[in-house]
Amino acid sequence: METLQKFVEYSQEFSILEISYFVASVLFIVGLKKLSHPDTARSGNLWAAFGMGMAILFTILFHKVKQNDGHYEGIGNLGWIFGGLIIGSVVGWVAAKKVKMTAMPQMVSLFNGMGGACAALISLMEFPHVPQDLVARYGMTNGYTLAVMLGLLIGSVSFAGSMIAFGKLNGNIGDIKAKWLRYVNMALLALLLFLVVFVLLQPEKPEMIAIYAFAILALVYGVSFVMPIGGADMPVVISLLNSFTGVAAAMGGFLYDNRAMLTGGILVGSAGTILTILMCNAMNRSLLNVIIGAFGGSSAAGAQDVDKTVKEITLSDAAILLSYSQKVYIVPGYGLAVAQAQHLCHELDKLLADKGVEVKYGIHPVAGRMPGHMNVLLAEADVPYEKLVEAEDANQEMPNTDVVIVIGANDVVNPAAEEDPSSPIYGMPVIRVWEAKNVIVMKRSMAKGYAAIENNLFYHPKNRMLFGDAKATLQQLIAEIKSL
Amino acid sequence: MDEVLKFIYEYKDAIFIIILSVFLGVEVISHVPAVLHTPLMSGANAIHGVVIIGSIIVMGHAQELLPKILGFIAVILGTLNVVGGFVVTDRMLEMFKKKKTKK
Repeated sequence: METLQKFVEYSQEFSILEISYFVASVLFIVGLKKLSHPDTARSGNLWAAFGMGMAILFTILFHKVKQNDGHYEGIGNLGWIFGGLIIGSVVGWVAAKKVKMTAMPQMVSLFNGMGGACAALISLMEFPHVPQDLVARYGMTNGYTLAVMLGLLIGSVSFAGSMIAFGKLNGNIGDIKAKWLRYVNMALLALLLFLVVFVLLQPEKPEMIAIYAFAILALVYGVSFVMPIGGADMPVVISLLNSFTGVAAAMGGFLYDNRAMLTGGILVGSAGTILTILMCNAMNRSLLNVIIGAFGGSSAAGAQDVDKTVKEITLSDAAILLSYSQKVYIVPGYGLAVAQAQHLCHELDKLLADKGVEVKYGIHPVAGRMPGHMNVLLAEADVPYEKLVEAEDANQEMPNTDVVIVIGANDVVNPAAEEDPSSPIYGMPVIRVWEAKNVIVMKRSMAKGYAAIENNLFYHPKNRMLFGDAKATLQQLIAEIKSL
Repeated sequence: MDEVLKFIYEYKDAIFIIILSVFLGVEVISHVPAVLHTPLMSGANAIHGVVIIGSIIVMGHAQELLPKILGFIAVILGTLNVVGGFVVTDRMLEMFKKKKTKK
């Protein structure tokens, strides 16, 4: 009776909190919807951010937990909470503002890992709090334990995996392409799932040490899960881990009966999964193929019988060729991003346009390290949106194009994807630059692309190489064209 | 079987929300152009930072030192996810905006 009274006393605050979660959930949905249209994307992001801020604030103000003696207690430890919020905000803000556009994918991966770790920590701390009355009635076979265990598992995998993905994109970590790792991974996953079931079947709460061990095992799996996947596939992996973290967050929502966490988490979980599949489709591969199939590495076959002479082009020849063309296509890749040459690229394109040359950009959906990466970079350099042509449309225009300049791209213009069934990238859509009248490939060296496979385009009779750093070469090329 | 039914009944609200949210998530983003894949991923990344609410709840009721420390770390990590995620997304989208106003 007294409990009820207390409840009535607080019911207003409970209602306010629930309404704020309800509104936050709606804002997340509206935000995501807006994010999927170019015109409204930015405001969508702000809407979602606003919803998040509101949910956080109202939680701090109004969240209450029923204590054992029946009274309700609000959020305490405010100093710690605000301290954490401030530190996190400052570091997150500065890091996000300072990061170079080229390093964006790593950054997303890093933030994603933070979220995963947060979910895992929550589970670790909540495990001792599995309600005694539930344990007395059902043993460990209850929804609470399930949510804690899954949150811990998924959060840990997402954290460890994101860190490895971060390291790979940053160039700190290489690939391990051992076949046996695949079996180790399957065994690890099976073991982890078995352990979840095992804990659920216990009549009593297991020792915490066992849970810590479980968390460590999950971290190991996260590492070994991402390790064998090639760097070129990292965007897909990040997107997948992103949806994992969403599910882990939803587990927390289940735990606290918190609707904002539940809807937000599941929304990201499902949207992230669809996004992952869309990305895979853009590369014409299945998700399973990305995860299990070790990509690249072993494609010695098929390339031997080609006449391997590489022709170089001098700067002045390139300048003349470009200036007297009617239609030029620029196909950018990660090399452009690394060299930070997007502004120069735009300068070249304006210079040529002044000479009456029609210049367009052929954008492969997975050029760079993330889908849409090139669009973002070129938009930064003020390249008009209409000049960016998607791969399919660009391919139709290729036969009428005089010169294609490939800047720092490799795998996305590799003819092996269409001609060589033994190639690991066979079947991936590519931009058929070799159908144009001339091709100039700007590249630092003859090194292989991210998929680590030979590119026969470089030996193609129509192709000529312009070696050097993309930025320096573009600078010289621009100077050369100006002096014509 | 009985257990499963009981479980479903017990958590019917959550299950209901989960199922609807799955369809919603799929529906909301299934027509996104490839250009927006990266910002969308980043935006979704920020949204799952909602896990921070959980860390605030844990922290808010932690009494011993170890949970306090872990909770503190969790709050920091969650905030990083939220703030970093939204700011990075905004920076990406800012670039799309620029060319829009130019047109």
